[in-house]
Amino acid sequence: MALPKAKEDALAARLAALTLPAGKGWLAALRSEALARLTAMGLPARRDEYWRYTDPTSLNVPEAPVAVRFEPGDEAEPFDGMDRLKIVFVDGVFDAAASDDLTLSGVTIERLSQTGGKDIHWAQGLYGQLETRGQTPVARPLAALNSAFATDGVLIHVTGRAAKPVSLIYVHQSDTSDAILHHCVKLEAGASLTLLENGPAAARFSNVLEVDIAEGAQFHHIRLQGRDHQRRAVTHLFARLGARSEMRSFTLTANGRLTRNEAVVELTGDEGRAHLAGATVGDGDFHHDDTVFVTHAAVACESRQVFKKVLMNGAVGVFQGKILVKPGAQKTDGYQISQSLLLDEDSQFLAKPELEIYADDVKCSHGSTSGAIDETALFYLQSRGIPRRRAQALLVLAFLAEAIQEIADEDIAEDIRGRLERWLARHGSNG
Amino acid sequence: MLEINNLHVKLEEEDKVILRGVDLKIGPGEVHAIMGPNGSGKSTLSYVLSGRDGYEVTEGSATLDGQELLEMEPEERAAAGLFLAFQYPVEIPGVGNMTFLRTAVNAQRKARGEDELSAGDFLKIVREKAKTLKIDAEMLKRPVNVGFSGGEKKRNEILQMAMLEPRMCILDETDSGLDVDAMKLVADGVNALRSAGRSFLVITHYQRLLDHIKPDVVHIMAAGRIIKTGGPELALEVESNGYADILNEVG
Ligand SMILES: Nc1ncnc2c1ncn2[C@@H]1O[C@H](COP(=O)(O)OP(=O)(O)OP(=O)(O)O)[C@@H](O)[C@H]1O
Ligand SMILES: [Mg+2]
Repeated sequence: MALPKAKEDALAARLAALTLPAGKGWLAALRSEALARLTAMGLPARRDEYWRYTDPTSLNVPEAPVAVRFEPGDEAEPFDGMDRLKIVFVDGVFDAAASDDLTLSGVTIERLSQTGGKDIHWAQGLYGQLETRGQTPVARPLAALNSAFATDGVLIHVTGRAAKPVSLIYVHQSDTSDAILHHCVKLEAGASLTLLENGPAAARFSNVLEVDIAEGAQFHHIRLQGRDHQRRAVTHLFARLGARSEMRSFTLTANGRLTRNEAVVELTGDEGRAHLAGATVGDGDFHHDDTVFVTHAAVACESRQVFKKVLMNGAVGVFQGKILVKPGAQKTDGYQISQSLLLDEDSQFLAKPELEIYADDVKCSHGSTSGAIDETALFYLQSRGIPRRRAQALLVLAFLAEAIQEIADEDIAEDIRGRLERWLARHGSNG
Repeated sequence: MLEINNLHVKLEEEDKVILRGVDLKIGPGEVHAIMGPNGSGKSTLSYVLSGRDGYEVTEGSATLDGQELLEMEPEERAAAGLFLAFQYPVEIPGVGNMTFLRTAVNAQRKARGEDELSAGDFLKIVREKAKTLKIDAEMLKRPVNVGFSGGEKKRNEILQMAMLEPRMCILDETDSGLDVDAMKLVADGVNALRSAGRSFLVITHYQRLLDHIKPDVVHIMAAGRIIKTGGPELALEVESNGYADILNEVG
């Protein structure tokens, strides 16, 4: 099917500014397949149903809009004191000097840009593959674009218990950087890994993470998207879960002009468990979109989606979340909640929760709410001598608690609470 | 200590006048009680004094130790020594009772230029005071007032008061919803705090509480005014005859 003219032009303009990374091996073929997918779909447009609430223009344009690097002041880097294996990308470029040696017991780690030339590689069966599966029933062209043009990333093969977390650190330096990274993680049966991601990465960042979780394996993922105010990001997390496997993914987003975080999760083995959570705080020129698609394709799986957004001074939050229960996926336990706390009347939350169920013995619930701060509770706290800002912060943290509880590591959860508290002390609604 | 002069209050959003010239003067160490029919404005008075939104003071003043209360933020009034035990304590899901108490105590200490209490010291004091009010450790861990019974909520108010050591305490129907034993506990808690430098304003419908907390002065409030002031015998009179006689008497 031919694309409409506007889409064709937008795609041509974008493609003109990109070059397929050179290479011959396994990766080259997968890249050109991805490019073919993209060419067939075209870039997203506001008129597309899936982009109704978020304007993709600045993600489509050939050049990344300028985003000034933010100086975080004296706040410690996330995961600072933790024993972890650090892999640093500066504006999307691997920084060997700042990174640790890529060896870790129970895990092999390679860089995408260094293995692409080989004839055979395990990632051949994963790279762009979960992305392709995720293209139906809804097109995700920016993920295909990423698979075609990603310049680097890491390929992580987990065969046992990873001795420590792998920590991807995304440093933003140049005001016009446009980074495209693509990572694959394959967990063999019974293996486990914690993956940490943090930082704004670039003025504009496209990130795809494909995770294949075999039977009984565990994948924990914690992501902090940095504090830059002007950066833009589109991320995709594609995950496939085998029997009795578990994944937990938590994202903290504070600031950022535009964020679109898509998560596409498929439960393909019985008794799998997938938890996705997000805590978002935005002030002013801020647009944050969580778009989630969870498919139950096996028996007795559990999925939870917990997304909470605190918005002020005109910030906009979006949630599009779906639970699809396929025929035969009996005993499904699906839960989805998306809530926003609007600290003034200028802020906005747009939500589209969806359930689609083709099995009869399932338990699925979803809820979406948008509310203001509880003034009675605020007064009660103030009447005990707690200053208004602090009282508000207590109530906001209480609101976010259900999402933060999804973090398995209590030290990280505590660190994130502290970051949110400091953020709330710096920001207040003018409304 | 507390001095209220000709206080007139209406609702901010409506043209409804609730207080129509309240005068009240409470000296240091005194215990005053306010009784009065439902809807006469007793809770409104306590809210206006503690700084709740939604009311407009159209006339009059209220001072605590000479400081004008009505211009302060609620937290400033608390730091100045005012405390209100709510008629309906508020449930706050997600905020632990302990966190709440500690944040409040330390915020007030900070406002007064004192050092914050260490976690250890705080814990010790809370446990001790909670014990005398028969508030168990589990209740302290739960979110503020969430799932508390009516009586537990009221005891939790007194615990907050005991922790914050305010100088001017307003108790709004702290006795309602309490069983006989709990009433005794609460009264003991209040009496333990009585001192020459601390005053109380006790709002109640029942003489019973005043058997335990002996007032120096009793006021009757009706239709937004204090219409009669007397000694403890006034409460007994209300208890046996209701308000009709008093209302007729003042016309
Ligand atoms: N926010 C409000 N909106 C509407 N009416 C109000 C509001 N606050 C108070 N009122 C009205 O003002 C009057 C006084 O109320 P208040 O709660 O002060 O009475 P009270 O003396 O404490 O009564 P009770 O003994 O029943 O507790 C009542 O008629 C009440 O309905
Ligand atoms: Mg009342």
